[in-house]
Amino acid sequence: MSGLDPVETFRQEAQDLLEQVEQGLLDLARRPGDRTLVDAVFRGLHTLKGSGAMFGFDALAAFTHHCETAFDRVRKGEVPASPALVAAVLAAQDHMRALAEGRPVAAGAGEALLADLQAAVDGAPAPVVAAEPALNTFKIRFSLPADALVNGARPLPLLDELRDLGEARVRAITDTVPSLAELVPTECHLAWEVLLTTKHGRDAIDDVFIFVIDEMTLEVEDLTAVAEAAVETVIDVPAVEAAPEPANETRAKSGDTVRVPAERLDSMMDRVGELVIAQSRLKQLAGASTDMALRAVAEEIERLASEMRDTMMVVRMVPIQQLFGRFRRLVHDLERDTGKRIEMTTEGESTELDKTVIERLADPLIHLIRNAADHGLEAPEQRVAAGKSEAGRIHLAARQSGAEVVITITDDGRGVDRDRVRAKAEENGLIAPGQDLTDSELLQLIFAPGFSTAAAITNLSGRGVGMDVVKKTIEGLRGSLDIASTPGAGSVISLRIPLTLAIIDGLLVRVGAGRYVLPLSSVEECVELTTAQDLRSTGRNLITLRDELVPFIRLREEFATGTTPDPHQKIVVVSTGHERVGLVVDQILGDHQTVIKPLSSFHADVGAFSGATILGDGGVALILDIASLVGLGQRQDALLRAAG
Amino acid sequence: MSTIQAQTIQALTFDLQGETFALEAGLVREVLDLLPETAVPGAPPFVAAVINFRGRVIPLVDLHLAFDMEPSAPGIDSRIVVIEHPLDGEAALIGLRADKVHEVTDIAANDTEDAPRVGLRWRTDFIRRLVRRDGDVIVLPDLDQIFTARGRTASVTPLSPNR
Repeated sequence: MSGLDPVETFRQEAQDLLEQVEQGLLDLARRPGDRTLVDAVFRGLHTLKGSGAMFGFDALAAFTHHCETAFDRVRKGEVPASPALVAAVLAAQDHMRALAEGRPVAAGAGEALLADLQAAVDGAPAPVVAAEPALNTFKIRFSLPADALVNGARPLPLLDELRDLGEARVRAITDTVPSLAELVPTECHLAWEVLLTTKHGRDAIDDVFIFVIDEMTLEVEDLTAVAEAAVETVIDVPAVEAAPEPANETRAKSGDTVRVPAERLDSMMDRVGELVIAQSRLKQLAGASTDMALRAVAEEIERLASEMRDTMMVVRMVPIQQLFGRFRRLVHDLERDTGKRIEMTTEGESTELDKTVIERLADPLIHLIRNAADHGLEAPEQRVAAGKSEAGRIHLAARQSGAEVVITITDDGRGVDRDRVRAKAEENGLIAPGQDLTDSELLQLIFAPGFSTAAAITNLSGRGVGMDVVKKTIEGLRGSLDIASTPGAGSVISLRIPLTLAIIDGLLVRVGAGRYVLPLSSVEECVELTTAQDLRSTGRNLITLRDELVPFIRLREEFATGTTPDPHQKIVVVSTGHERVGLVVDQILGDHQTVIKPLSSFHADVGAFSGATILGDGGVALILDIASLVGLGQRQDALLRAAG
Repeated sequence: MSTIQAQTIQALTFDLQGETFALEAGLVREVLDLLPETAVPGAPPFVAAVINFRGRVIPLVDLHLAFDMEPSAPGIDSRIVVIEHPLDGEAALIGLRADKVHEVTDIAANDTEDAPRVGLRWRTDFIRRLVRRDGDVIVLPDLDQIFTARGRTASVTPLSPNR
């Protein structure tokens, strides 16, 4: 894999910037006077314009320039950040996104947006100040000969002079820099690209280079025409932007973040996995040796491998904030489309999940929020009549619970209408008429394929293809989906998503001759199964833990090991958050850094295992799937209860 | 069925309880001595275990069970033949138990024939071709058919994954 496509890099950067601008704008809608927000939005637009022009997105740069100009007036306090203005910039921001992604845009769409924007800025078309000279935008690219430094040429003053002319964004081009081994420090291999917005003309630029022009290469491209072609009216003259040391800014940014394709991370993860396995073999060898030096090195390697593993895991994790942020815009649009007032609150945005999981969660969550807004929340007048606040509430929360992340979507709407669900399910033949169902079974019908309770099909939800797809996606992530609902008071939908990490901390246990790994994060405690308990519990597999009955499973019987139990069996109590089950094992071997290896499709449908791992001695241990074991324990318990 | 035209294929021959089988050598990644096996409780007997093959956990298939033989018993000549074969559209490494591994040999396509419809005690769809050689018969098994039929069915799991 060679270097990254710069255009792709820019697109990613643009996406981040636009997201940042969008968040700023949405915040601004709530806190119109916040200076820092105004500055943040302005900075985002400014950077977008600059890098857009640098990577050849000239239409984008020109369009953004006008938005930036309009926003600059807000920044200078000339106009307030009115809701109309925020809405106009949000709309414009969608246009920028289309331009950045290279999607086709309707002719004249940009102009219309800018006209809206203009109207929002001052309520009337801006008076064009004739006395002020128009702004010119130039793209300047220059390089010096390799011996220029030796001959006394200095690039920095040149750049400073360009900055004096107006707003300049500088990028160093390092394409021709040789590798470090071949680099001669006195030679100059850098080239520079400067995007200059200035009141001055082309001559002024030539003046800057007047002393070096003979030896150097200089290309100047006039972008003003491009910028003007996009809009007919010149809106306003921005003050020369006092961007603090633009060159430093660029450099600092590239040092802060590095974009890496996910597959490189994956292959690195594999290497770390192999390292961890090799390390546990080393640990075993060293443990059997009397060589103190060897043991010291083994310990050192163990520490390093574990740190490396932790770092690697952190690298793959992203806060769920990224996802929640997107929903604020969704709610903003939903308010417009439904005519309802919606207040969305979020909690636990810093909860982290694997990046791929986050990406796959976006669509289901969008659907659930739409559903809550469309079906859950009532119209304002109905809400007031029911004694609720006019604005409906949607609360989005994430938290980590053991080896899972729990995401809940809570609304304070009308709740699920059981009678309608039942009627609908009978109509669709999902249940027999009058079939006896528990309340939770009835609610679960919502997730059945082809089910939709919306009386009127809206463009938001109610196509009847939603909830079952949501359920499938969540189950595809090895997660689960639950709904609770109180008529008149709202619904809560909870998603439980496992932190699908490639390496976990595990507890290694032995059952019969086989060794198994339990994810340590779901282990609550280990207790001994006393002989007395063992005998007493033959009929009903229950133990009392702090006044609570916990069902337990004898893994030895479950796995049909055909061995006799150890005299001192242990019970490992595991939980999925709210349900617990005890697992009877023969021996607890200790903790184990577990590199998860997938099982082939031959074993994919063997419910008890979620993967396998390689132990220090080269043997294989299977990783137990806690959710299915807990489910088994609960079912077994229910059966026994039913049997009396 | 007549994909192999007037050409020779290189094949690795091995024994399963006295019968000789052959696999295209291109599929074979490695022939190993027996390794420690890890039983997978609840898995079908045909793939009852996994092994550690160079840091990867791969399933260990007992072809004996596809050909109505007794489950393989480890012996002095027992080997594991690791092959690369697609499973559910993805290339996967699979270990096959063999009672004895012979050699890589050339098989002329002309020497092969379809499995007869009668007179065999095995399922004919499990056999791709038969090869007559020195009065003996070598079986070219149809792994796709075998894996589909034996890998999934009979997966009587004690723990149903339904939650």
